[in-house]
Amino acid sequence: MKTIQEALKNRILIIDGAMGTMIQRHKLAEADYRGERFKDWHTDVQGNNDLLSITRPDIIIGIHKEYLEAGADIIETNTFSSTVIAQADYDMQSLAYEMNVASARCARTAADEYTSRNPDKPRFVAGAIGPLNKTLSLSPDVNNPGFRAVTFDEVADAYTEQIKGLVDGGVDILLIETIFDTLNAKAAIFAIKNFFRKNNQPELPVMISGTITDASGRTLSGQTLEAFYVSVMHAKPLSIGLNCALGAQEMRPHIEELSSIAGCYTSAYPNAGLPNAFGEYDEQPHETAHIIEEWAANGWLNIVGGCCGTTPDHIKHIADEVAKFKPRALPVLERELV
Amino acid sequence: MTEPIHIKPYLRLSGLEPLTVRPETNFINVGERTNVTGSKKFARLIRDGLYEEALSVARQQVESGAQVIDVNMDDAMLEGVEAMRTFLNLVQAEPDIAKIPIMIDSSKFEIIEAGLKCVQGKCIVNSISMKEGEAKFIEQAFICKSYGASVIVMAFDEVGQADTKERKVEICHRAYKILTEQVGYEPQDIIFDPNIFAIATGIEEHNNYAVDFIEGTREIKKLMPLTKVSGGVSNVSFSFRGNDHVREAIHSVFLYYAIAAGMDMGIVNAGQLVVYDEIEPTLRQLCEDVILNRNNDDNSATEKLIQFAETVKAKGKETVKDESWRNEPVEKRMAHSLVNGITEYIDQDTEEARQKYPKPLDVIEGPLMDGMNIVGDLFGAGKMFLPQVVKSARVMKKAVAVLTPFIEQEKEEKRLAHIAAGTTNEEGAGAAKILLATVKGDVHDIGKNIVGVVLGCNGYDIIDLGVMVPADKILSEAKKHKVDIIGLSGLITPSLDEMVHIGREMARLQMDLPLLIGGATTSRMHTAVKIAPEYGNGVVHVLDASRSVTVAGSLLNKETKASFLESIKTEYDKLKTDFGNKKSVKQYLTFEEARQNVAPINWKDFTPVKPTFTGTRVFSDYPLEDIAEFIDWQPFFIAWELHGKFPAILTDKVVGVEATKLYNDARVLLKQLIGEKWLKAQGVVGFWEANKTASDSVHVHDDGKILKLEFLRQQIKKAAGQPNLSLADFIAPEGHSSQDHIGAFSVTIQGIEPHIKRFEENLDDYSKITLQALADRLAEAFAELLHKKTRTEFWGYVSDEHLTNEQLIKEEYMGIRPAPGYPACPDHTEKYKLFELLGGEGATGIHLTESLAMYPASSVCGWYFAHPESKYFGVGKIEKDQLFDYTQRKEMPLEEVTRWLRPILE
Repeated sequence: MKTIQEALKNRILIIDGAMGTMIQRHKLAEADYRGERFKDWHTDVQGNNDLLSITRPDIIIGIHKEYLEAGADIIETNTFSSTVIAQADYDMQSLAYEMNVASARCARTAADEYTSRNPDKPRFVAGAIGPLNKTLSLSPDVNNPGFRAVTFDEVADAYTEQIKGLVDGGVDILLIETIFDTLNAKAAIFAIKNFFRKNNQPELPVMISGTITDASGRTLSGQTLEAFYVSVMHAKPLSIGLNCALGAQEMRPHIEELSSIAGCYTSAYPNAGLPNAFGEYDEQPHETAHIIEEWAANGWLNIVGGCCGTTPDHIKHIADEVAKFKPRALPVLERELV
Repeated sequence: MTEPIHIKPYLRLSGLEPLTVRPETNFINVGERTNVTGSKKFARLIRDGLYEEALSVARQQVESGAQVIDVNMDDAMLEGVEAMRTFLNLVQAEPDIAKIPIMIDSSKFEIIEAGLKCVQGKCIVNSISMKEGEAKFIEQAFICKSYGASVIVMAFDEVGQADTKERKVEICHRAYKILTEQVGYEPQDIIFDPNIFAIATGIEEHNNYAVDFIEGTREIKKLMPLTKVSGGVSNVSFSFRGNDHVREAIHSVFLYYAIAAGMDMGIVNAGQLVVYDEIEPTLRQLCEDVILNRNNDDNSATEKLIQFAETVKAKGKETVKDESWRNEPVEKRMAHSLVNGITEYIDQDTEEARQKYPKPLDVIEGPLMDGMNIVGDLFGAGKMFLPQVVKSARVMKKAVAVLTPFIEQEKEEKRLAHIAAGTTNEEGAGAAKILLATVKGDVHDIGKNIVGVVLGCNGYDIIDLGVMVPADKILSEAKKHKVDIIGLSGLITPSLDEMVHIGREMARLQMDLPLLIGGATTSRMHTAVKIAPEYGNGVVHVLDASRSVTVAGSLLNKETKASFLESIKTEYDKLKTDFGNKKSVKQYLTFEEARQNVAPINWKDFTPVKPTFTGTRVFSDYPLEDIAEFIDWQPFFIAWELHGKFPAILTDKVVGVEATKLYNDARVLLKQLIGEKWLKAQGVVGFWEANKTASDSVHVHDDGKILKLEFLRQQIKKAAGQPNLSLADFIAPEGHSSQDHIGAFSVTIQGIEPHIKRFEENLDDYSKITLQALADRLAEAFAELLHKKTRTEFWGYVSDEHLTNEQLIKEEYMGIRPAPGYPACPDHTEKYKLFELLGGEGATGIHLTESLAMYPASSVCGWYFAHPESKYFGVGKIEKDQLFDYTQRKEMPLEEVTRWLRPILE
């Protein structure tokens, strides 16, 4: 089978779209989330989407397949919140590792089925590592700016457990995504580096995807795009990119900039436009795809897909539009000052 | 297609902003004042825990041009790890400092690692070395690398610190090989510190130290061109301590030569570097001799410099810092402090303003709010970003803290005055409490803070729970503190859902506190459509801080609360209805897909009930007193623009008196018009055999003829498992084992015209409108009555129905009575068929106008569907494919169909 590095040389790869949006379509109730195993769980678990990989793997695998069918080369595991820290909301800290393994297996099953059908188009599983609901650079207390709700070590430990689960479940790539606080991402990188070093295993490729949150063009923790990239380049990532918060229209200048500074491959998976007053995404598949087509034509892209509000339809449209363009060439890293 | 870009091997660092060290980059100044070993003042501030002032030291460094700040907490009196963590965490909240990269400086690696855990940007570690052997060096380098830091390697090995050029080069080269070959460091991330030692100490062996450094640097850069060289510059002049004038000259001259040799960065007092060219020539000459170790036999150059130094009085220098804004009027100064997040002067400026303005509250509502408005504008325009805004909020809080005692004092004086005057006073009972929180998952709280400030200044007791507050905490704190209002804030869109969740929780916990919603993504529309329906005891969207005062005032005043909430509710209900009718950009299925997704009704096991008669039955002059019992009064009051639930509206604090009067008058008129038989209720009901013949077509058998009814189907993309409905779905398909039926009705209230005319002649608009509104109510009531009889008698598909009038109003009955032209069957032209079946104009006297309105105006018509799963719905927008299909089925010109269906077409 071709490696992802080989695939990236030849074409723009497609990463899947929103998981949450697809889960919402199933209109699941509390009982669906609980399943038989957690029917007596002591807190509400509705909305704990990652739990569905354990209680409703059929739904998760089904969604993965819809994206694979739409043309996705890379699918993301359903593990955005599968850490002891994020799962504390549901008092399910003890299940974090298991969720990662289960989610990785769901994605693995779906990807392998599609790869075996067409070995010329290998499908890859990216273990999604989300940003956490607690941040290391911002104080939740305005009167005490030095306060932090969580420590670096706690975050790194949480990620280490997640990474172990994802690796044990068989992912091909680790994807640190929706980074709005770079220090959280650095803790994830720290965890990845140490995990593989301590286990004396070759590192899996790492994809990194930040989030520019508003008109200032900065991350929520205040960094400019370039400062963000500089802060995570020690990960030696397979790709650097942006996802979430913005629609393709708003993300355009940032992708252009990133494409001009990134020493690795680039990725972009925007939301389906900006949300309306109800937090819903209106942008139609052809609209998103139309904007992204131009990026591909400009040679800015290596990996592209969708985030919040995007659907298999969006992915299919995007895949169709970018198929005709060559990918951005891997930058040359110079070794001398001229 | 694309040529690869080329990435240069530059040292790249970052704070909130990037710092790229290019060959043409001049020397990088590393600020040294935030170092407890080098700055007594900073050491004292940290020891005394005066971190805010300590931050101003860092800020001064940045303002003076430092491009990196060196932070060192190595002091025996300090808990170094804790001090490093505390200070760096605080620095992260100061965007004007945090914009530049941090150099984490310690001789203890644990302190370095603690620092690395606090900084999101790419730092420099200062320093690691091989003094404790290679193994430790490698381990520490790995750790630094896993945090993504560049490292300073001190020229120090197992033997000791390198003093000669050769030793410096040798150690640095050895370290370089280890770092690049074993640890995997990029050459450009390695910075050497080849040790700057003090010269002119009087000890001859020290005289060449500067030369060794300069020449060592030259050699290192030649051997390892991508690496950088740094050093602690002030060491070189250590022997002249106490004489800043001479020290600064030495530094400048030393740097002049070291930079030329390849030194890239140095730890300096950024505010105190003199320009080489501006050093007085004598001094400069003496410095050069000492640094370059020229003319220095028997320390002669050193002696000369020492002699010169004694002649120069150390001149204290003014800090060069732009303080011109301090000369502006107080309002401008306060705005400057707010925008720039400067806390230093805000206390004194606020005090000055307080004396200038009549009341302390005026200072808040005047200059402070003006300043915050500038902040808001800049933030909105993307010219300020969040951490800066949070700082501005802190300046604001400080200013308010200065004013609070005076506001309190004023309140107290008022209270005493009330007591003295014997007048009642509300305030004496204690201020109302308002809880504020930014919801879970959201860290934005500037808006909330402003609201808190403004409300606080208006005398409310604010309990601010901060940001990222989970629902259960908000609600438990609200109970604990017995607050009067809860205010939620959020800026990112997921917060909207969280607010809905909190509303739902408040309903579940049967709370009765009003809930205020605010923040950038919130809207009146979202509040009306999504939050208000979840919680019935008052949800109000607050557009901005200034509105919060009037809203809180209305809610806390017992006189106005009920009517205020009622009016909000009415407004929101209307918004909600409008929204329901409005179409947002949504995804649509093809018509073909939509008709594959019909209502999943199990017809196989369903036996339709046969009506007791087919054909029509006319009800002429139906007794009005029977009809009157079915009146829904609420729309009657709405017609009079009195909004509220019936019968609660009759006792409403504000409109109750008027509403009661109106109601009494209406009852009198109703009694009169019934008693004197002013009006005549005419109605007709009919049932016919019917079958669904195609997905959206129903054939009705009327006396041997077949009438084809055509319906429209929802085309919007539904959630999985949700059908795309059409009314046709509720009629059994052709070939079903037993015959299904459809029904229809029309009712009207006749005879109003002469009475209207009489009232008009008497100029009695009041009675006229009341009569019209009553006639409308009677028509609706008659429809309700006949529907009930249809369910229980005529069609008889429900045998034991016991619904109250309220339940009827809420449509809790089985089966539906949708009217052509309304959401479930939006095509008005189907009304022709309905009237044809019911016997035309003759049956009830209802005349259809050319726009298919019914006259008399007080008329109602509709279809009857009996299937238990039939329900009201809206067809919503349809696509072209359905329009074409429908046009064919209707056998009407496309333009005409388009005209009638325009509201549901794109």
